[in-house]
Amino acid sequence: MAGILEIRWHARGGQGAKTASLLLAQAAAMEGKYSQGFPEYGPERMGAPMRGFTRISEEPIRLHCAIYSPEIVVVLDDTLLSAVDIAGGTPDDGIILVNTVKSADDVRKELDLKDRKIFVIDATGIAIEEIGRPIPNSPMLGALIKITGLLSLDAVINEIKKKFSHGFRPEVLEGNVRAITRAYEEVKEA
Amino acid sequence: MARRLTLTGNDAGAEAMRQIDPDVVAAFPITPQTELMHKFAEHVADGDVKAEFVLVESEHSAMSATVGAAAAGARAMTATSANGLALMWEIVYIAASYRLPIVMPVINRALSGPINIHCDHSDTMGCRDSGWIQLYSEGAQEVYDNLLQAVRIAEDPDVLLPVMVTFDGFIISHTAEVLDALEDAEARKWVGEYLPKYSLLNTEDPVTFGPLDLQDYYFEHKRQQVEGMRAAPDVIRRVGREYGELTGRPYDLLERYRTDDADLVIIALGSTCGTAKTVVDWMRDEGKKVGLLKIRAFRPFQEKEVAESLKGAQAIGVLDRSISFGAPGGPVHKEIRAALYGADCDTPIVNYIYGLGGRDISTDHIRTVFEELEKLPGSPTPEDNIRFIGLRE
Repeated sequence: MAGILEIRWHARGGQGAKTASLLLAQAAAMEGKYSQGFPEYGPERMGAPMRGFTRISEEPIRLHCAIYSPEIVVVLDDTLLSAVDIAGGTPDDGIILVNTVKSADDVRKELDLKDRKIFVIDATGIAIEEIGRPIPNSPMLGALIKITGLLSLDAVINEIKKKFSHGFRPEVLEGNVRAITRAYEEVKEA
Repeated sequence: MARRLTLTGNDAGAEAMRQIDPDVVAAFPITPQTELMHKFAEHVADGDVKAEFVLVESEHSAMSATVGAAAAGARAMTATSANGLALMWEIVYIAASYRLPIVMPVINRALSGPINIHCDHSDTMGCRDSGWIQLYSEGAQEVYDNLLQAVRIAEDPDVLLPVMVTFDGFIISHTAEVLDALEDAEARKWVGEYLPKYSLLNTEDPVTFGPLDLQDYYFEHKRQQVEGMRAAPDVIRRVGREYGELTGRPYDLLERYRTDDADLVIIALGSTCGTAKTVVDWMRDEGKKVGLLKIRAFRPFQEKEVAESLKGAQAIGVLDRSISFGAPGGPVHKEIRAALYGADCDTPIVNYIYGLGGRDISTDHIRTVFEELEKLPGSPTPEDNIRFIGLRE
């Protein structure tokens, strides 16, 4: 979409894609950009495939429709690679970032794609080690901003701090910050 | 000084309500309104507001408690969606006929059945004749702005009518967007102290609300409601102008987006207007003379201004996000047709029903509408003038 960067999130209910799609929008706004974050609400249940969306622009965004041609797709659960149309609507030079222990080459084969930039990160592993729970959304944000240069690491960490400043133990916040930072450093391309 | 925030439409509504800090808020949850009241309840629990928060057992009770509080002289609010609005129906009419300046966000959602939690305008269109002012919002910014203005409009002594501020369920209510909000002191000064003209608790000037009112006076009271609604356009315009002076964002009853020299004009309400403006810009860049007439105030409906705005159009597309079963097209379409009757206008008009139950309306859909309109100038309104967007037939 001209002048607007569009991102689609694929996840299963409970993995935090709604939070991630909104948090990225909020972090972008804190850096002076305009943004939208919105999940697609279906019959919500844990484990069901769901999608979230983020738009980021230098200009005010007036669109209020779904995203059909995202430049970037973020996949929080690699069992979705064969279950839903991950690459649908993406351009040839689009970016696909997957939370997986597989290599980027294996993901490319599974998606049967010749072009597009594919990146992988074991966000669930990082989340278990750093946060103590298998919720991959925070580390996926870290990986996403690294490969796209969308925002600074500080911007996302500040937004996470705001998000987790109420009602969460300090170690949860610290774990999330460590997880984001590690994913930022560890994300790999094919 | 504006505060730049990133909020969902629901949170933007709760932020406006926090600053308005009504005396009484009555609430019953219904998707997609729930998060708005959830957020406002947090403000109550945190002591950010002084409002008396009344948890009730149904929407019928929510509106009843709001009416009771408003009649007692309180600034009172509630919020709802779809079936919740349907359940409060009886009292919705009573609020207007008692001339109570209640402000109510309505988060648009399809009416059952089959059950559907997503957006269309069947809920608020259904009560377009209830005597409430209706302001439709394009995005989170307008949710906030419309709510702050609605208090001033409703409480204006020449108006004294309740106001619904509507916004599209999920599309606005659950989408985080960037908006500018006033500082608390500015917002509170804008809203001002509420001095009710009539109050049950003012024993110096005793009044009665809602007595039996039969053949002798009921008709005159309805006539007075008509007068309140007739006074509303000037008040909405004045409040919108003053709000513009305060914030840099002026408001009117209608917004003419690049319609001045437009050959093809579409008419819409709510979030679709944002998507349509984007398409208008793209098609203008391609040299097409297209425009959007956005209807912010559906009640009161400004037929003369609408007709004036459409004077130069050679083809008109009216987008309706609800159906009026058995009628010639949707509610907006009928108003537009009526507004153009006698306006020396034989412009072809096509009605597009779209987006029921949350069906997405994309930029491609809106472009297709303009492309269909492009074939019409010079010919009469086609036989198939009621069309459906994005529907499997």
